[in-house]
Amino acid sequence: MQTMVRLSGLCKSFGPHRVLRDITLDVAAGEVVCVIGPSGSGKSTMLRCINHLEKPDSGTITVDGELIGYEREGDNLRELSSKRIAAQRAKMGMVFQRFNLFPHLTVLQNIVEAPVAVRKMPKQVAEAEAMRLLKLVDLTEKASAYPSALSGGQMQRVAIARALAMQPRLVLFDEPTSALDPELVGEVLEVMRELATTGITMIVVTHEISFARDIGDKLVFMAEGQIVETGEPKAVIEDPKHARTREFLSRFR
Amino acid sequence: MALQSVAPKLLPPRHPLRTASACVVLALLAALVASLASNPNMQWSVVADYLFGSQILYGLVNTIVLTVLCMAIAIVIGIVLAIMGMSRNPVLYFVAQGYIWFFRGVPLLVQLVFWFNLALLWPRIGLTVPPLGIDLSVSTNDLITSFVASVLGLALHEAAYMAEIVRAGLLGVDSGQTEAGRSLGMSDNQLMRRIVLPQAMRIIVPPTGNQFISLLKATSLVAFIAGGELMTAVQNVYSHNFRVIPLLIVASIWYLVVTTLATGLQTYLERRVGKGFSTAASPSAQRG
Repeated sequence: MQTMVRLSGLCKSFGPHRVLRDITLDVAAGEVVCVIGPSGSGKSTMLRCINHLEKPDSGTITVDGELIGYEREGDNLRELSSKRIAAQRAKMGMVFQRFNLFPHLTVLQNIVEAPVAVRKMPKQVAEAEAMRLLKLVDLTEKASAYPSALSGGQMQRVAIARALAMQPRLVLFDEPTSALDPELVGEVLEVMRELATTGITMIVVTHEISFARDIGDKLVFMAEGQIVETGEPKAVIEDPKHARTREFLSRFR
Repeated sequence: MALQSVAPKLLPPRHPLRTASACVVLALLAALVASLASNPNMQWSVVADYLFGSQILYGLVNTIVLTVLCMAIAIVIGIVLAIMGMSRNPVLYFVAQGYIWFFRGVPLLVQLVFWFNLALLWPRIGLTVPPLGIDLSVSTNDLITSFVASVLGLALHEAAYMAEIVRAGLLGVDSGQTEAGRSLGMSDNQLMRRIVLPQAMRIIVPPTGNQFISLLKATSLVAFIAGGELMTAVQNVYSHNFRVIPLLIVASIWYLVVTTLATGLQTYLERRVGKGFSTAASPSAQRG
């Protein structure tokens, strides 16, 4: 199978704190990979390195065969210009824990913003596509509302539609349900569940163990900046190989 | 019993002291107004004669032009300085800091007189290459008229304040907004123009309205270098007819009129840039 994302030897420190220690991971095209682990284990940082929101200290990342954030310069890697990094980011979507919708724009404008500004898509075309995506996340009636008038679950569904509007082959989810009231988690997971069937590649940092088990193709357990265990979700959840994984999962029983 | 069947009305507490002090303030205010209105030295008829005088109106127009022009220049320079001040490049950062330090630190009046006397420092300004016989310079006194000196002094001074206001506005926008824009592939320029600045406006507009009014009044300092605005016009008149008080009243009336209009404009702008933010337009009120 074709590799969509390849992380190799990824290291990252914030000051003396080593957040990522030699992370190596392959994600195949169309795969849904769920990343679980205790807070502070480096899950989000790893995800943010993939679209270069964080710069790794060492190691490389390729997405769809393209080296992210850097180009080869002899034996070294030189960071790309911000314009070229922007072009790389345009090809992958990201959904944030705190939604990060643009509060000064309506729901429709939020979705249309990047396709029009970045992709130079004609406004009518972008709006028609945005309405299609709003139907997908079941929010057509909120098209002209401002984000402040939406519930958390609705905001996150808009954020997913916004990421999809750029027609990415890869979407990164950074704890998409962690900021939601418990009764709103389901509607967001439902959208992600549907999305998983479309063949898009997804990397999902999450605390939703049942989502990881039911929807994920691969489960990654991280602790202290390292990947402790990787495998088929059911196998890892029901019969973890490492004590650290067992200890973490026991809290969800 | 009848008493039980009627629910008691809930009445606010009485404030005898508060009511009494309000009456005293009202009485003092009335006395002041009566004294001003009846004081013959106020010469209200002279005020009426000059309020719409052509000289005064000409000065008023100049005041407004000067304020709007200088504010526009100050906002542009302020945005540039604010972005420079947030740059990781130490040269850009220190130049921006140095500018704010200097132009905010030297009194406006000193700056105005300085610009007006620039010829004492550089008699001619421009490009000269003596060996080639090129001389594209002009006399500083021809270039820096009192109007140009006024614009330079006011705009450059104001820009230092605007830089800080814009910087506060930019810092006030949640970093998640920048990350969301970046993740969608927006360039730094697009991010600033389409995402960050429009949101920063909500924080920038109120203090900018304040600065606008403050700048409007500060234009009166330009009378020092015969800038030709409202205060200069008023001075010109009363230096001939010695009706100082009524003419100062004429000036005050116009400054208050323009200030009032500016306040209205500020309220309108605040509503506009507050769109989508619950503080300005409550979504719960819109839901209905």
